[in-house]
Amino acid sequence: MAWFKRSKSNIEGSSTKREVADGAWLKCDHCGEMMHQSQLGAALYTCIHCDASFRVSAKQYIDILLDEGSFKEADRKMTATDPLKFRDSKAYADRLEATVRSTGMFDAMRSGMGKIKDVPVSIAVMDFGFIGGSMGSVVGEKIARAVDRAIKNKCGLIIVSASGGARMMEGAFSLMQMAKTSARLTLLHDAGLPYISIMLDPTTGGVTASFAMLGDFNIAEPKALIGFAGPRVIKQTIGRDLPEGFQRAEFLLEKGFLDLVVPRREMRDTVARLLVHATAA
Amino acid sequence: MAKTVLEFERPIIELEQKIEEMRRVIDDLDLHDEIDALEKRVNDLRASVYGNLTRWQKVQLARHPDRPYTLDYIKHMTTDFVELHGDRFHGDDHAIVGGFAKLDGKSVMIIGQQKGRDTKSNLFRNFGMANPEGYRKALRLMGLAAKFNRPVITLIDTPGAYPGLEAEERGQAEAIARNLFEMTRLPVPIIIVIIGEGASGGALGIGVGDRVLMLENTWYNVISPESCSSILWRSWDYKEQAAEALKLTAPDLLAQGIIDRIIPEPLGGAHRNHVEAALLLKTALIEELKPLRAMKPDQLRRNRIKKFGQMGEFNT
Repeated sequence: MAWFKRSKSNIEGSSTKREVADGAWLKCDHCGEMMHQSQLGAALYTCIHCDASFRVSAKQYIDILLDEGSFKEADRKMTATDPLKFRDSKAYADRLEATVRSTGMFDAMRSGMGKIKDVPVSIAVMDFGFIGGSMGSVVGEKIARAVDRAIKNKCGLIIVSASGGARMMEGAFSLMQMAKTSARLTLLHDAGLPYISIMLDPTTGGVTASFAMLGDFNIAEPKALIGFAGPRVIKQTIGRDLPEGFQRAEFLLEKGFLDLVVPRREMRDTVARLLVHATAA
Repeated sequence: MAKTVLEFERPIIELEQKIEEMRRVIDDLDLHDEIDALEKRVNDLRASVYGNLTRWQKVQLARHPDRPYTLDYIKHMTTDFVELHGDRFHGDDHAIVGGFAKLDGKSVMIIGQQKGRDTKSNLFRNFGMANPEGYRKALRLMGLAAKFNRPVITLIDTPGAYPGLEAEERGQAEAIARNLFEMTRLPVPIIIVIIGEGASGGALGIGVGDRVLMLENTWYNVISPESCSSILWRSWDYKEQAAEALKLTAPDLLAQGIIDRIIPEPLGGAHRNHVEAALLLKTALIEELKPLRAMKPDQLRRNRIKKFGQMGEFNT
């Protein structure tokens, strides 16, 4: 047999192995490298090879950001009503009920007070796992109250966004949450208190086009998708493929819409430093 | 007379044409009784058709290609209009027009999305879909209104903010968000009017104010019925159901507490009589502006935060 002949099956072997995860192994969407579940927690749910972030729940992100045990959740049981009696292939009321049951959350955001390196903050974190992190009346109200809490406690506000945009099933009510949250933020501005907006993958639609883009400091995680229109819609509109890296955090930084792109493991330190700079001694 | 006829308008238009024809020959023949009978029929037909429009039919009226657009309202409602251009950063967006004009003899800043009437003008106006520079131009003009202490009137008529590649590059989301924030803070009165389509963030980007009015046959919502259908039903064919589910008409939004007032249109819709439609809106604007002119900047700001803060429904 000639020395350069290799059996085909040998070559195929390694590439198929990469595709198949048995549950304990995860593949990074960005670099394609594999990592073991057990490595995830220590890496704060980011890829150990390329810094890309895996999606985490609001609860996990609060743990990553805040001092241990400092979070006091407010309005935990605030729930959406179904003002329009909305029904598509499924009734919104049923969808809500099923999602509450499967996620253990009551809507797409957790909010409350906490501390970062002993500095008190008002914080609100979205959860993409709850109907795509969509913003309806509950998310809007929780943000409004988070602004009020920051003003009352004379502390900074942190909003962590991860959302597909407004929640269609609440019709015009969901659209108005954009105005409601942006209007309320003017009070924080007038009080001279800092607002740090952190954008996770993905942050799009009405969330980006309201409170997420209004931070005194706009920060995103590496490679997070951030935009107004979704990539699929833009592709349809312009009828050609989108350039590599379009609407990713690094692209927005380059275009001037972000202050910083910060890997998850450095987020807590960066936020703590900003809070010190922006809070009166 | 309307050039484009929607399916549900057809029987009415046909009867009207018949009456017109009979009137032309009236000198030769005695047709008075017949004309009277036909006129009664057309009136009954109008009442039954326009009194029972489905939500989807109202969406079609809101998009009627013969409807008056922003520049038509400006022409028929105001005098001394001076159009102002450009955002001073990137360029002049033709999908949003604006400038100072006199309404009832007093200077106002009037800003709105502008659609085109034919292919050429629609391309020029980008079908009323603004880019970031459009929202930034609108904000610049509102700043001028604040400087010279003039109230702002915005006329909303857009299928949405433009979902293009350059729009994203130049910060479509930031431009809209900035307007929501700054319109809340503007020290002069703002009246918002939905004159046609009010689609999503692209509409709301010039939609924060002290009073929000909707013309009778318009729609305002978080998404168009077609897009809603494609996302939730995974098909473009459920637009009628989506329109019903979204509850997007003027009476719907009044009942939801999101708008303050419905402005009536001429019978059959604003497209049947531009001058009358403009007069009805002008009368309402003059009424609405009067109490707002007396309010102090801080009062306006506080009321706006409260007004939009009350929107939404939840259980605690």
